[in-house]
Amino acid sequence: MMRAHSERRRMQIYGALLLLPAALLLGAFAYLPIVLTTVRSLFLPETASQPAEFVALENYAYLFDDPVFWKVARNNLIYALVTIPASIAIALAMALLVDSRMPGRGFVRMAYFTPTILPMIAAANIWMFFYAPEIGLFNGLLGWFGIDGPNWLGDPTFALPSVIVMTIWKEAGFFMIFYLAALQTIPPELREASALEGTGRWEHFRRVTFPLLMPTTLFVMINALINAVRVVDHLFILTKGGPNNATNLLLYYVYETAFSFFDRPYAAAITMMILVFLGLLAAVQFTVVDRRTHYQ
Amino acid sequence: MSMLKRIAAGALGTAALVTTPLAMSQDNVELTMYYPIAVGGPLTEVIDGLVADFENENPNVSVEAIYAGNYDDTRVRALSAIQAGDSPDLSVMFSIDLYELLGRDVIVPVDDLVDTEAEQDWLDSFYPGLMENGQTGGDTYGIPFQRSTIVMYWNKDAFAEAGLDPEQPPQNWTEMAEMGQQIRSASDGERWGAMIPSTGYPYWMFQALAFQNGHRLMSDDGTAVQFDDPAAVEALEYWVDLTDQYAAMPDGTIEWGTLRQNFLEGETAMMWHSTGNLTAVKESADFDFGVAMLPASEQRGSPTGGGNFYIFKDTTDAEREAALDLMQFMTAPERAANWSIETGYMGVSPDAYETEALESYVADFPPAAVARDQLEHATAELSTYEGGQIRQALNNAIQAALTGEQTPADALADAQRQADRVLRRY
Repeated sequence: MMRAHSERRRMQIYGALLLLPAALLLGAFAYLPIVLTTVRSLFLPETASQPAEFVALENYAYLFDDPVFWKVARNNLIYALVTIPASIAIALAMALLVDSRMPGRGFVRMAYFTPTILPMIAAANIWMFFYAPEIGLFNGLLGWFGIDGPNWLGDPTFALPSVIVMTIWKEAGFFMIFYLAALQTIPPELREASALEGTGRWEHFRRVTFPLLMPTTLFVMINALINAVRVVDHLFILTKGGPNNATNLLLYYVYETAFSFFDRPYAAAITMMILVFLGLLAAVQFTVVDRRTHYQ
Repeated sequence: MSMLKRIAAGALGTAALVTTPLAMSQDNVELTMYYPIAVGGPLTEVIDGLVADFENENPNVSVEAIYAGNYDDTRVRALSAIQAGDSPDLSVMFSIDLYELLGRDVIVPVDDLVDTEAEQDWLDSFYPGLMENGQTGGDTYGIPFQRSTIVMYWNKDAFAEAGLDPEQPPQNWTEMAEMGQQIRSASDGERWGAMIPSTGYPYWMFQALAFQNGHRLMSDDGTAVQFDDPAAVEALEYWVDLTDQYAAMPDGTIEWGTLRQNFLEGETAMMWHSTGNLTAVKESADFDFGVAMLPASEQRGSPTGGGNFYIFKDTTDAEREAALDLMQFMTAPERAANWSIETGYMGVSPDAYETEALESYVADFPPAAVARDQLEHATAELSTYEGGQIRQALNNAIQAALTGEQTPADALADAQRQADRVLRRY
């Protein structure tokens, strides 16, 4: 009786020790910052003459009243809703293409993957000159057809779409790699079986290949979603969120608020909003989407 | 500087000498300095050269000069480093960061460190117009280094092609608009008349227009702004009209970073830009160009701009002395002259323009003196508490008006409301 008890206790300690490193890391780099951010969001920023003043939910009240925040949130929603499906679809199409037998396959694969290797800042610098209104590549090309191209990054109608196009170009090659890997794990017998049954290529893709790729799609989707909230590097180069916040995204707004305006508490409040939203999305993903993903 | 502070500083200095004899004169001092670059050209090499020269002359001081991006990046890096307990000793930062730095209590007044007559002379040697953004409450915090005004570059060939006198830049707003219009139509839409950048530092350009229209945007103590004044609204309307009414300027915002390239490729006949671009334009232009003061409305005018030296609080007495030496070295007339020749930035003191090097350079290349001559019409750059947010509010208003999202009056009224909220604690 005693022995069994102490044995169990030993196992418990053993288990706890195994968990400890991960728990420490998570605690230090995930949970503690969340708690600190929450606390910080309840104060006004301190200055040399005034200490940080406790204002409870005032920052959140302002947030709901802040037209820039809502504009930025809307921008980010559009950004996510366009970049995620578009980059996934293009990635899949490119993967299917370079998975098939074609001349120069290695070269095409490399070409598709190149944007991923470029640092975002470098890519953005190149694209800034693509987009430049008078001297840029795009308007130069349009000029050949006698079209007077728009001011891509300087006109609020075109600015966000321009940023989105560059993001898709950058992301699709990265996601292609996952699809390519997944495609190569699908046994070729399935294709042969389909062929025996006389199933068309599209039918085979729709009923066999695509369902088998679902776990990869879920993985890529989560990555794309994270990127839609996380990737802001290009904004520093391309637009700085302008003109008049037309291309401002949530994380860039957080950065601006925290480091350009030194309003850390308000930045903390915005961060909490992002966190809550992403938490809700994760919950949906785990409960609903995950269950319908795996092919049985 | 107050007498009391001077005595206190002296007493502290003596105390340090008594407790650590020899420490001040003999020990090696290591300085860390951040600096920004906001214009084109290989300026990091120029700075590295200056620093190397200083180290040769002062073998007991070693300086680590760190390029920290544009002005905003530099402020962020310096303040983050300070918060992380790894403060640089001195830094070149935006001249208008003064209130932000005071608000954070991270800099020391330079006049407290000045005790010899030679040092006092040095402090008095700068153009007063350049000191304006570095002084408040009777103390001097910022020492002028890479300073500028906005100047107008014009393409003489383009003027000639449009049937205008190539030697005659526009003197006032109407002339600028009409000349721009003429250039646009004479070139069959191939070339724009004028470009004023509206990303990067739009508030700076707007401040020039407002000041030309007789209006100063902020109070002297940095606690209030007047964006919605009728004179300011009129200035923004003029800017919009350059596009809407005269078709002299392209639609939408104009990018600060690519504008110089636009000008060099002849896409625009006039551009407003920092004088800090002058040498880069001079070296790449394959056409005849001129540099003029900005055109006038009620009066001529441009805000000053650019970077000042600051010394941080988290420094020892020896480091502050060495930092002071470094600043004196970097701003000495010959080096200021050389810096001006290499970049186009202003020589920061009248003495710099009296050096042989700069005198003969100006005689040879008169555009090099335009920024200085314009100083007499200059005003301090927009500088307030919470400056980042105030400038952003104004930038957004300008862009909203230029892109046609809002009328100039509505946009500036919105900016005024935001600014009032941000400044409510001051």
